[in-house]
Amino acid sequence: MARIIGAVTTSHVPAIGNAIARGMQEDPYWKPFFRGWDGVHDWLATAKPDVAVVVYNDHGLQFFLDKLPTFAVGAAAEYQNADEGWGLPTLPPYRGNPDLSWHVIESLVADEFDITTCQEMVVDHAFTLPLKLMWPDAEQCPVMTLPVAVNTVQHPLPTPARCYKFGRALGRAVESYGEDLKVVILGTGGLSHQLDGQRAGFINKAFDAMCMDKLVGEPEALTRYSIDDLVEQAGTQGVEVINWLTARAALSGTVNKVHSNYHIPISNTASGLMVLENRA
Amino acid sequence: MASRPRYAHRNIPGTTIFDGVQAQKGYALNKMCYSFNSAENRAAFLADEEAYCRKFGLSEVQRKAIAARDVLGLIAEGGNVYYLAKFAGIFNLNVQDLGALQTGMSVEAFRQKLVEAAR
Repeated sequence: MARIIGAVTTSHVPAIGNAIARGMQEDPYWKPFFRGWDGVHDWLATAKPDVAVVVYNDHGLQFFLDKLPTFAVGAAAEYQNADEGWGLPTLPPYRGNPDLSWHVIESLVADEFDITTCQEMVVDHAFTLPLKLMWPDAEQCPVMTLPVAVNTVQHPLPTPARCYKFGRALGRAVESYGEDLKVVILGTGGLSHQLDGQRAGFINKAFDAMCMDKLVGEPEALTRYSIDDLVEQAGTQGVEVINWLTARAALSGTVNKVHSNYHIPISNTASGLMVLENRA
Repeated sequence: MASRPRYAHRNIPGTTIFDGVQAQKGYALNKMCYSFNSAENRAAFLADEEAYCRKFGLSEVQRKAIAARDVLGLIAEGGNVYYLAKFAGIFNLNVQDLGALQTGMSVEAFRQKLVEAAR
């Protein structure tokens, strides 16, 4: 049977892609961010996942506002990265696993989550950068992938309580797959940041610390927040923490924090990173 | 007159929540910005901004806000920041430049404000 070995939750910022493309990892501005990944690399060296399920939000690459799913699941053999408008170099294609995808889709819908299925899907920085940061030396991402996109763009967004339940269902879906695969769940986005309006540049260190703490042993505590609460406390884009909550909710065993890093700022964002190990 | 959506949002100073009201108002504007994913379309915009805006059916207020690079004006007109970031990228402006423009700060002062958020 497939087994979820843990979760990696991380911020995703387009500027990281720019920093990688320019080789700025040792630059004083970037070093505290990139060094934070050493602990992830140590964990991956022994954990050796076969599949990464990536819970993220699309930023207007795959989905436009004409048709915008709340939850969308990839079901392709391959996922391409593409220009998001800034002409940055694109990353090599990602391998999918359609059989696993359709199993997850069947299970989620049977569990009353009426997701959108995507047999073609281009993936943006929120999907590609965390995988690149996990395996920086690999030319191509070495694991199979399964994209799970959550709407954090156009309100109404799914509530934290809904995301928690969705994450639980996602965990059940993955762990009922018959093949022996080791699966890591990624949750990307956040932590506190706001790009728009006169409140641009808003960061809330105390709220981020609370979220990171609760996510380890008491994730259901975050389900009492409304989306408006998250906008107020974490900023308009800080709501992406719902992707962390979804990923965390997929872990059903005893969860142990293996590694974490928190650094302000990367671009306009308070960047957070955690490795949570799932013990049966 | 159409009613507001049932779920009125909390009033958070300096913040516009991108909901159904904004998404309708900004549809043409965001659709134009979505087209900027393509380098060819970015070049077409630069070749004739006004014609490109008309092609997408932007309102006069939206066209003026585009011409003036008025980020707050574009948000008021329904622009979503993820799409506006693609517009800004045409002029090599990143989200920190956008932050400075929206808060009336210099880019340096805006960056410093972010660094100070770590304290």
